[in-house]
Amino acid sequence: MAHHHNTSVNLDEKFVFSSEIKKKLFILIGVGVILTIIGVFLAKYQEDHAHAEHHAQAVATSLVADAHADAHATEAPVHGEVDAHGSEAHGAEAHGTEAHGAEAHAEGGHHEKPVWAKRLIKDLWQNNIFFAGIAAMGIFFVAFNYVAWAGWSAGIQRIPSAFGNYLWVAAPLTLVLFIVFGHDLFHWTHDYLYNPKDPRYDELLDGKSAFLNNGFFIGRTVVYFGLWLFSWTTLRKYQKNEDIAADAKWWHKSVVTSAFFLIFFGVTSSMSAWDWAMSMDPHFFSTMFGWYVFASWFVTALAFITLIVVVLKDNGYLSIINENHLHDLGKFIFAFSIFWTYVWFEQFLLIYYANIPEEVGYFVQRLKTDAYTPMFFLTLFLNFFFPFLVLMTRGSKRLGIMLKIVCVVVILGHWFDFYMITTPPVLGQNGGLDGIFLFLELGLGMIFVGVFLFMVLTALAKLNLIAKNHPMIQESVHHDVF
Amino acid sequence: MEKGKNFVIGVYDEETVLMSAVEEIRSKGVKIHEVYTPYPVHGLDNALGYSYSNLPIAAFLFGICGTITALTMMIWMLGFDWPMDIGGKPHIPLPAFIPITFELTVLFCALGMTGTFFVASNLNPWSTPNMFDPRTTDDKFVIAFDLASTKQDSAQLKSILSETGASEVTTKSLEN
Repeated sequence: MAHHHNTSVNLDEKFVFSSEIKKKLFILIGVGVILTIIGVFLAKYQEDHAHAEHHAQAVATSLVADAHADAHATEAPVHGEVDAHGSEAHGAEAHGTEAHGAEAHAEGGHHEKPVWAKRLIKDLWQNNIFFAGIAAMGIFFVAFNYVAWAGWSAGIQRIPSAFGNYLWVAAPLTLVLFIVFGHDLFHWTHDYLYNPKDPRYDELLDGKSAFLNNGFFIGRTVVYFGLWLFSWTTLRKYQKNEDIAADAKWWHKSVVTSAFFLIFFGVTSSMSAWDWAMSMDPHFFSTMFGWYVFASWFVTALAFITLIVVVLKDNGYLSIINENHLHDLGKFIFAFSIFWTYVWFEQFLLIYYANIPEEVGYFVQRLKTDAYTPMFFLTLFLNFFFPFLVLMTRGSKRLGIMLKIVCVVVILGHWFDFYMITTPPVLGQNGGLDGIFLFLELGLGMIFVGVFLFMVLTALAKLNLIAKNHPMIQESVHHDVF
Repeated sequence: MEKGKNFVIGVYDEETVLMSAVEEIRSKGVKIHEVYTPYPVHGLDNALGYSYSNLPIAAFLFGICGTITALTMMIWMLGFDWPMDIGGKPHIPLPAFIPITFELTVLFCALGMTGTFFVASNLNPWSTPNMFDPRTTDDKFVIAFDLASTKQDSAQLKSILSETGASEVTTKSLEN
């Protein structure tokens, strides 16, 4: 009950990023590095010894029942070709079994990297955009709480506020990965697609080249990170000033900065999703995609916020936080897991129902193939059914241990979701869950989690752990949910 | 509440006084019949020692009914009673059923929960709610003791109410 909690609340807490915690993070990163290296060697070994085996797959062209699709198109192509050849898709036997995914454009021309290298590059990109988005969503959480004049969240404000620090890693990493490995990750970066004399000329991509070209892409990415980092450093400066001198003017300034940030973020969150994720499948487009990626990023950020809050509470920090705050964080995760499902399903349903080749290719590649179908349903379970059923009752949302379990599942589920977005365009039918996954993908994921937490905790230790001079901090102290 | 029962009523002017009064009275082991407030008072449920409502369970069950109704209806209609070929889709295209399933789940859940709430809190159209003091719908707070279920007599209860800050103390019997 709220009335009894304020007696033991200490607003003057400071988080100490002790060498003990640092050591744990370095162990996490170290184990991740070892697993990744083992994974790379395993993948290379497997590839060298199984080269003769061809990964030809029978892929349907339609999401409608197999009875219709199998009749004409058991060997139809997947990525790219579906759209480029439009109505010819049903007579696609001419392209034969080689027409699948990543290898379709490999014949002739430039040097193609081995699958294990592409897999490593793809994993780097997947984790990079996943964590970049989570960091940005931390700023988003702080910003909309300012603009909404929210009081309850004042006590936990500094945790999402620390997320932005990871953008200092994400910004250069995104640019370096794109500049060095652009051709492996993004089909549209190849010059020959835009040369009408080249047999691989792609009229559809040529039509999109005003938007999808290297210069504009890099420029946009710089603008996204620039705007996010500028807003973040500004908000952090105000928070620091507020800690030093109790003056509501810093809060007012933060509200204004946050409002501007939200306007920019409304556009840049969707556009960064188009650029970094949707353009990996350059023929595919979906108006829901920006929101779908937004939902994935946001619910993961909420899970990270909640997880850090609960773990800090377990370690004796955050005396201001009680089960009422956890209840609200739990409701956030519950609601946005449903929101993710809503957007994800909305996108799927319309594409399934219309069954138009250039749209349906995206889901054919993910839903109708041996490589990705298990994970397709796994993400749905981890990201919807699990949090939905577990967090449905009031009691579970107020219990730290339940929240911890759900947060880990949700983070993992959305990491798989990003795997599903980024893998088929790069690896074609060579992706999916296999034994090496436990080393390469898991190891790289551990490295990124370690670096992300390192950056976040570094920032968390710099300011007060609780916004003690926030004008509504007392509302947070007395927060009470029925 | 039956006719002719006698109650001791204390009227309070302030929420904070009411809250500490409730806590003090309960700490003395005196059984409070009910507290009437013009608006929801945060923490009052806990102070009165109420257990959490079972309404969410009713909501869940109504929701499940909606899900089952929607799926049964559509599967029977489009799969068995009158199968149609729509864009070459199977006769029971589950993805296409999801929006209606969702809508009926929410509809059943919302209507069922509202109805259950009204019946459970005696707010259904055919009932006349008991009101000890009409000012509890405006700006006063009332603590009521049921004389039949408290060990203390009327005089003792009245003094407890006055001691804890009640501005008026009276005895009332219910007529309806």
